[in-house]
Amino acid sequence: MKSLKSVWAAAALVMAALGPAPAAFAAADEVVIGDIDDFSGTYADVGGNGAVEAIHMAIADFGGTVLGKKITVLTADHQNKPDIGASKFREWADQSGLTALLGGSNTGVSIAMAKVAATKKIPFFAIGAGGSSLTNEDCTAYTVHYAYDTTALANGTATTVVQNGGKSWFFLTADYAFGTQLQTAASKVVEANGGKTLGAVRVPLGASDFSSFLLQAQGSGAQVLALANAGEDFSNSLKAANEFGITKKMKPAALLTFITNIDSLGLATAQGLYLTDGFYWDLNDDTRAFSKRFFEKIKKEPTMDDGGYYSATLTYLKAVKAVGSTDADKVMAELKKTKINDMFAKGGYIRADGVMVHDMYVMQVKSPQESKYPWDYYRLLRVMKGEEAFGPITGLCSLAPK
Amino acid sequence: MTEIFGVPVAVILGQLMLGLVNGSFYAMLSLGLAVIFGLMGVVNFAHGAFYALGAFAALLSLQHLGINYWAALVLSPLLIGLLGIASERLLLRHIYQLEPLYGLLLTFGMALVIEGLLHQYFGASGQSYPVPSALRGVFNLGFMILPIYRAWVILVSMVVCFSVWYIIECTRLGGTLRAATENAPLLQAFGVNVPLLVAVTYGGGVALAALAGVLSAPVILVSPQMGSSLVIVVFAVVVIGGMGSILGAVVSGLSLGVIEGFTKVIYPEASNIVVFLIMALVLIVRPAGLFGKE
Repeated sequence: MKSLKSVWAAAALVMAALGPAPAAFAAADEVVIGDIDDFSGTYADVGGNGAVEAIHMAIADFGGTVLGKKITVLTADHQNKPDIGASKFREWADQSGLTALLGGSNTGVSIAMAKVAATKKIPFFAIGAGGSSLTNEDCTAYTVHYAYDTTALANGTATTVVQNGGKSWFFLTADYAFGTQLQTAASKVVEANGGKTLGAVRVPLGASDFSSFLLQAQGSGAQVLALANAGEDFSNSLKAANEFGITKKMKPAALLTFITNIDSLGLATAQGLYLTDGFYWDLNDDTRAFSKRFFEKIKKEPTMDDGGYYSATLTYLKAVKAVGSTDADKVMAELKKTKINDMFAKGGYIRADGVMVHDMYVMQVKSPQESKYPWDYYRLLRVMKGEEAFGPITGLCSLAPK
Repeated sequence: MTEIFGVPVAVILGQLMLGLVNGSFYAMLSLGLAVIFGLMGVVNFAHGAFYALGAFAALLSLQHLGINYWAALVLSPLLIGLLGIASERLLLRHIYQLEPLYGLLLTFGMALVIEGLLHQYFGASGQSYPVPSALRGVFNLGFMILPIYRAWVILVSMVVCFSVWYIIECTRLGGTLRAATENAPLLQAFGVNVPLLVAVTYGGGVALAALAGVLSAPVILVSPQMGSSLVIVVFAVVVIGGMGSILGAVVSGLSLGVIEGFTKVIYPEASNIVVFLIMALVLIVRPAGLFGKE
């Protein structure tokens, strides 16, 4: 009797997994862009609602339709859980006629979604996830890694700090894929520039207190306190480093910072910090014009993820228009051969391994005295050419032999 | 330098101190939970949300009304405590006749609503609350630099924990409260307003969470999710100490803060699970908790 029951249960599960027949496909004359992002967690202010606004701005700037078809935007919260992100992606692919997915803010979730992109053959623009494995070990023919990756962050910040005399490093690393990839990339850059790594401590994600870890960093005698973490972890660790007077002896280096983090911390705490960004609202007239429109809706300046979402949407729509269809393979081929020129990237291009190569900016946070108007937070130290920032093709991705 | 098991004494003393600071937060939060559970039998999952609300109340009153830290230390717990009383009267009192599970679900729902609202209005990035000027600077203890503010946290926590223990265990009011948990109908027959007593108890527990929130505001960013990460650890602390035991909550809060601190040196990757490992061990050996009544 029991076995019969479990057979029925299994059957019900299978039916639930298969879902309703794909009769519910969206009308074929629609382009459906999905956005699966963190809308409620620690990264929600980096992309989240701002990124959705950026998608709508791009669609409006493109003219509202493509090939005479309506453009629909779907959004979902992945709650930083890979299974939720992947299953939502699958659901939209099967039932909503999804033609492209934007998403990110979490490397783990993005890796899971890239796998779905490969099986469902739908272009996936990873924006806001740092891990460069997305275009190396975990690369797919349908993944495009936009905005930034751990390689570019390490190349920008680590090179600059070592050149400014920060030779010995201690890492405070978020203990998951993103943090460890970032630490590996940065220590390679440090050593290549003649510096050395004295030690590292792996901190569980979302720790409530960082002072113990910081004391260990101080005990190492290193000159540089490298923060290989993000979001609230970054803010709270830098705040504690200030409180304990550690920033007086060690130079903090932020390996991933968004302008919203600096806004939360305040310039008094964050001043002097070196960081690498893919976008800054106050860079030129184009970025200022975009940011002004963005600010009116969202009431904060756009992050590099918001800028990336805008650019990726525009780039995708241009490719659809150029090939005259939403066919994934044709669109991907078009994406990989055209230059990207918009307010976010000048002369950007998508490499065979999926990296969107574009200039990155090495910044230093201004002091409260230097800041002249609201959100006047960064001083541009150096524009890093795309090739330098994202480095050569590694050969780890089978699509792009060395 | 002298070493114990290869770790310099200075490092051990430093981590002991930091462990006490974190333990102070655990103690104060688990104290509120223990009071609420011990006297009402409610597993208050909204505790982390009230902790965040306490911090937000301090932040907003500073930004918009210019109310300073010292006033916020009193006003914020008072305000959030009243909110706690209101939520007890409106929501919680309807589920006392039901199984404890319902209280857990209701308070968990309340937590989600509160955190969602904070998220909607203030975003996820969090905001900074300045350290009050009188408590800025550091003590140089020789073996470590201790920010004055962190020392203040330990002091406040000790005073609050002792006061609450004293009120409940040694005063007439505490006796009445404990009588209400033993036999409410009888106490009511003596003319004591038991429903009011229960509402005030809940308000008091919530106010403790809000006080911890105000205390932590200058240390970490004030953000909607600041409570949800902490409350799970605090629940483990309460279980280890023994559900409803005031002394257990305080002692296990402080000692787990210290144990966690040492884990951060010896094997940092495990620092966020060590409390749960200990909880599992305690549940196997002494299911009622270290200070709980069998």
